Amino acid sequence: MATTTLSPRASAYTARSRVLEWLTTTDHKKIGIMYITTAYIFFLLAGLMALGIRTELAFPGTQILDPALYNQAFTMHGTTMIFFFVMPMLAGFANYIVPLQIGAADMAFPRINALSFWIIPFSGVLLFSSFLLGGAANGGWTSYTPLSEATYSTTSGQDLWLAALILSGVSSIMGAINFLATTFRLRAPGMTMLRMPIFTWTVLVTNVLLLFAVPVLAAGMLMLFIDRNYGGSFFNPAAGGDTILWQHIFWFFGHPEVYILILPAFGIISEVIPVFSRKPLFGYKAFVIATVSIGVLGFGVWAHHMFTTGAVFLPFFSITTFLIAVPTGVKMFNWIATMWRGKIVFHTPMLFAVGFLASFLIGGLDGAFSASTPIDFALQDTYWIVSHLHYVLFGGSALAIMAATYYWFPKMTGRFLSERIGKVQFWIVLIATQLTFFPMHLLGLNGMPRRIQDYAPNAGWQDLNVLATIGSFGLGLGVALMMWNIFASLRGPKTAGDDPWEGNTLEWATTSPPPSYNFDHLPEIRSERPVFDLRHPGAGHAPALTAGDGAKP
Amino acid sequence: MTTPSEVLPAVHGAELTKDGHPYGSKPIENTALLGMLLFIASEIMFFAGLFAAYFDIRAKNLPHWPALPEGAEFGVTPVIIAATFILISSSAVIEWGVIRIRRGDRRGMNRAFALTVLMGVTFLALEATDWYILASEGVTLSGSVFGSLYFTMTGFHFAHVLGGVIGISIMLGRGVSGQFSARHHTAAEAVSYYWHFVDVVWVLLFATFYILR
Repeated sequence: MATTTLSPRASAYTARSRVLEWLTTTDHKKIGIMYITTAYIFFLLAGLMALGIRTELAFPGTQILDPALYNQAFTMHGTTMIFFFVMPMLAGFANYIVPLQIGAADMAFPRINALSFWIIPFSGVLLFSSFLLGGAANGGWTSYTPLSEATYSTTSGQDLWLAALILSGVSSIMGAINFLATTFRLRAPGMTMLRMPIFTWTVLVTNVLLLFAVPVLAAGMLMLFIDRNYGGSFFNPAAGGDTILWQHIFWFFGHPEVYILILPAFGIISEVIPVFSRKPLFGYKAFVIATVSIGVLGFGVWAHHMFTTGAVFLPFFSITTFLIAVPTGVKMFNWIATMWRGKIVFHTPMLFAVGFLASFLIGGLDGAFSASTPIDFALQDTYWIVSHLHYVLFGGSALAIMAATYYWFPKMTGRFLSERIGKVQFWIVLIATQLTFFPMHLLGLNGMPRRIQDYAPNAGWQDLNVLATIGSFGLGLGVALMMWNIFASLRGPKTAGDDPWEGNTLEWATTSPPPSYNFDHLPEIRSERPVFDLRHPGAGHAPALTAGDGAKP
Repeated sequence: MTTPSEVLPAVHGAELTKDGHPYGSKPIENTALLGMLLFIASEIMFFAGLFAAYFDIRAKNLPHWPALPEGAEFGVTPVIIAATFILISSSAVIEWGVIRIRRGDRRGMNRAFALTVLMGVTFLALEATDWYILASEGVTLSGSVFGSLYFTMTGFHFAHVLGGVIGISIMLGRGVSGQFSARHHTAAEAVSYYWHFVDVVWVLLFATFYILR
């Protein structure tokens, strides 16, 4: 048959060894799996650093990390979690799922896609090599000047940090170009913009944010690099430069960045909840509009990280920050309304999705507190902020990533992850999340500053710190269970089938795992739930009209 | 009709729908141009970061701007005027080359691209001369915050022009070896977009450093 004739290079293609095949692949699915694997490795590394930090803080005095090492640990923990865990992880799921969801054969630029991935492990190694080369960066993941200038940060760690993040930024920019070109150009016939699955929509908006935010950070990092190494004075007030400029540049990137970390997580939750509630997503268009508004408003709130500098116009950034809570609230109601009166099935992905709703709600609410400037002046740089950002990043992004892992593992491998271990893991992770991060709210209110290695025994902070430390080891146990589940399930039988969850979107219309070219044939796409329409002809958004049905009486 | 090798990545030979088009049914040519436009969007944001830094630091230092070391002078020079004139003209030259290849005139495209490379290299040489003169007068990257800004911003622009010259040279090599036709010249067109972009950045740099001060 003419349509399935393999190219003349097909024989050379299959003769490669499996290792070489993975090293040289341009298949978006293999690249996606490599992204996800790499991200999980960095997750474990950064998680170990978190356990070190928590162990140190459990009791007053120095336990295992001296102050110098402690500074490196929290800097590298934050940097690794954000740039080498959440970002590559979400890029990995997007890589695997987006071309499938829009019915494409691959990404628009497959070789650039491979390059985007391969930069990540190399820049990660560059970042971690600083531990062996005189000490890692120690100025926090925000690397504020003048702390990160050569005068105060004397090791090469800060330079390696800059180099590694500029590289990973290049990877993000190339990935963003690739995703945008893919979603704009390679959608299957019938897949209009307003029929794209919500996950694809959130990835689209995320990549617009990446495209516009990351280059600005790259400019700032290059200026800091020039300051440190070639005698520049961009951030040196004594020579006419401006210290606050770094904060503006960093947060002009940094605030869109938090939406880069959470929007695809919203997308994952919006895929999981309708499938396991057996209902269409409530308010599809409202959800799309909310996602786009978050993307637009996300560029107008950066200085709420800088209220206490005294150098920003407080009312403007306060009001935009409150405004951006509105579309986020819309999404929360969409999810709850989707579950309302649904036939809810609590498989592991759904458990994590519901856990996400609860934890993210707490994180979102205490974010709104900090948007109020008088309250922020009191809470700035306390553990309240640490609690807020972990509720949205761990309770939000990381729980969504776990949901995605359980949800799409059958598609990627043809095998289920163990539901039994999954449910145990869910309850451990959910309880440990609250146990670790909720006491930090109270610590913040009690005045405990962030980024300290030690505190006085009579400060009254010890009990809550012990609770948080116990919780963090619970999280470690939960993650270890998950890793064991993945390894054990990979050796199990392929029982998942093509569509184990009765999904809605196109990735469930092909085999598990899909062939390298993705689809033998595509179902007709007449709504945002083509696979549902296929399973229930006449029951979807666009009921099949029989002859005469369209006629007016 | 386009053949599979033109519309698909080489390793995925089997992914055609029944009518011989890839899924999405739009020619890959447009996708590549879209990719270049998106890349230029990210580059605009990169330079926007540098320009924002310039105007922030300028505002902090006014009215003492440009803040230079004792005795140093900064102003528009004949070298800069010549460089500006050459770079702006080269944009018209490369556009002429693209118009030629759209009409199937490969020889005309090659001539225009060769001239563009020549003009680009001349610009780089003049820019380097300008740096040399400034450095000899005491304006350096490390000498003052104005020097930091001037050399960083023109330096990254220099690197972008160099990248463009390399890109156009590759297109020229492909044109000389008989590639590109009235239908198939996406790469040449994409490189011309990039060249216009570095040209516009120079216009903004010129306005910032020599007109606004």
